[in-house]
Amino acid sequence: MDISNIIIMRNELSLIVVVLLLLMAEIFSSKNARYMLLNVATGLFALHTILGFLPTETGELFGGMYRSTPLIILMKNVLNIGVLVVLFQVQGWLKKPENNNRTLEFYLLTFSTLLGMSYMISAGDFLMLYLGLELATIPMATLAAYDVYRMKSTEAGIKLILLAALSSGIMLYGISLIYGTTGSLYFNEVMGNLQMNPLQILATVFFISGLGFKISLVPFHLWTADVYEGAPTNVVGYLSVVSKGASVFVLVAILFTVFKEMAPAWNPLLMVMAIATMVIGNLFAIRQQNLQRFLAFSSIAQAGFILLGMISGTTYGMATVIYFILVYVFSNLAAFGVVSIVKNATGKDNIDDYNGFYQTNPMLSMVMLLALFSLAGIPPLAGFFGKFFLFAAVAEQGMYWLVLIAVINTIVSLYYYLLVVKAIFVVRVDNPIEPIKGDLLARMGLVITVIGILIIGIYSPIFEWVQSVSFGL
Amino acid sequence: MIEGIGVTDFLVVSTLMFFIGIYGFVVRKNLITILMSVELMLNAVNINFVVFNKYLYPDLLQGYMISLFVIGIAAAEAAVAIAIILNVYRNLQGIDIEHVNTMKH
Repeated sequence: MDISNIIIMRNELSLIVVVLLLLMAEIFSSKNARYMLLNVATGLFALHTILGFLPTETGELFGGMYRSTPLIILMKNVLNIGVLVVLFQVQGWLKKPENNNRTLEFYLLTFSTLLGMSYMISAGDFLMLYLGLELATIPMATLAAYDVYRMKSTEAGIKLILLAALSSGIMLYGISLIYGTTGSLYFNEVMGNLQMNPLQILATVFFISGLGFKISLVPFHLWTADVYEGAPTNVVGYLSVVSKGASVFVLVAILFTVFKEMAPAWNPLLMVMAIATMVIGNLFAIRQQNLQRFLAFSSIAQAGFILLGMISGTTYGMATVIYFILVYVFSNLAAFGVVSIVKNATGKDNIDDYNGFYQTNPMLSMVMLLALFSLAGIPPLAGFFGKFFLFAAVAEQGMYWLVLIAVINTIVSLYYYLLVVKAIFVVRVDNPIEPIKGDLLARMGLVITVIGILIIGIYSPIFEWVQSVSFGL
Repeated sequence: MIEGIGVTDFLVVSTLMFFIGIYGFVVRKNLITILMSVELMLNAVNINFVVFNKYLYPDLLQGYMISLFVIGIAAAEAAVAIAIILNVYRNLQGIDIEHVNTMKH
């Protein structure tokens, strides 16, 4: 093997360097200097993010186990930006006294999971996919259980690790059946060898259910609400945005390439799951009082919309899925940013607590408004175009009844997003949350997300470019 | 190859193991036993990979390789899960699944 090609893995390599540097720094630094390391870690990661935008080569490594295409690089850059925003938001929480002596662990675990996601996205082989998936999951459970003295956080961690282990077990069983019937684990070799026999259909179903756990599709969504409520707010932002985005990308890329011949089997399955996910996510979101739990069900419903693009199976459909992930990353991060700032300052996370929020915190209220409207799909914002393109992709295939169900679900979702907006803007109370002075980095994070929501919606070449690097069935 | 034992026999065993694992995951009440059920599932997968490799594709190595990786990752997973279970025990003085439902609505 020619070692000079290894520069193709630049994104992963620089992330590994960052992780190793931080590990060394943690070992050799004194207790007081560790406080400084927070900023060093954020700065290093910002460098890594900028590095990702420099032009780079594409190609394959290790006999096709690792591959890199413009689409994969785009996805990694989006994930990097998402993590950067999370790191900006997390400062206020990490500087609390109870987290004082283990702040750097947060960075190490976060970067490890991001490394896993990068490898998962770049995988050209089921073994690499599995390793990436596990590297993205196991440290995630420790992040969810980060607040060791808070029972809810521990509960979130144990639920996440056990259900993730179950789902990866199911997925592996599917992979073993694929190996048994085709004799290879490489995507390129499996691709031409699937013939829709019953064993392979079973393998496809197992594989989709394994990744379905990660994306929290109904009926694999039961862990989502508990984990999202119990885990620390910033971790939930990371889990619901970056981790989910990576898994969605992997699912669409693999279904459209490796399982191409199995489309008659997985298409009806995805259709049923999409409808169930949208309906159940929406109906449960209506009756939530806890804002983190509310955002959990809202993210389940959004996953249902994302499935619509996969059902269409066209190049346009895949482009809409990627575009929707972009939109979803920025909208959801903005919402979680506001929730985490408020929770870190006051400890409140119920919707009722936000009554009269606009009276005291107009800026945060406006960001929350933008985020929720973008998630709901109100016209000038990015979320509208995301949903519009998804529906257009489905309508293009003539499945108008599915579009109708999706539109009805959008209207229902508008209702519960507006409930939060009403609490913030319309309801007037005597003692709303006092004015919050967020720190500079958290504000910068919110500014990045707001710019993202506005730019992606208005600047149309983004979608055209995404479409030019996408592929269909 | 083992005389008189075909690929089907192994597959019956591994399938049984896999679904016993799922059954255990659903009905067991103790967190450690749930973890054991997951291990059972992963071992069923390992049997599958090794048997497919041995009987159907004797000149390949991928099945053996992935089963080695699965063993390693299962150990890592168990380590993290047991660490969190210890934390549950510290907080609640018990590791019964019925303790771990403070967030049901």
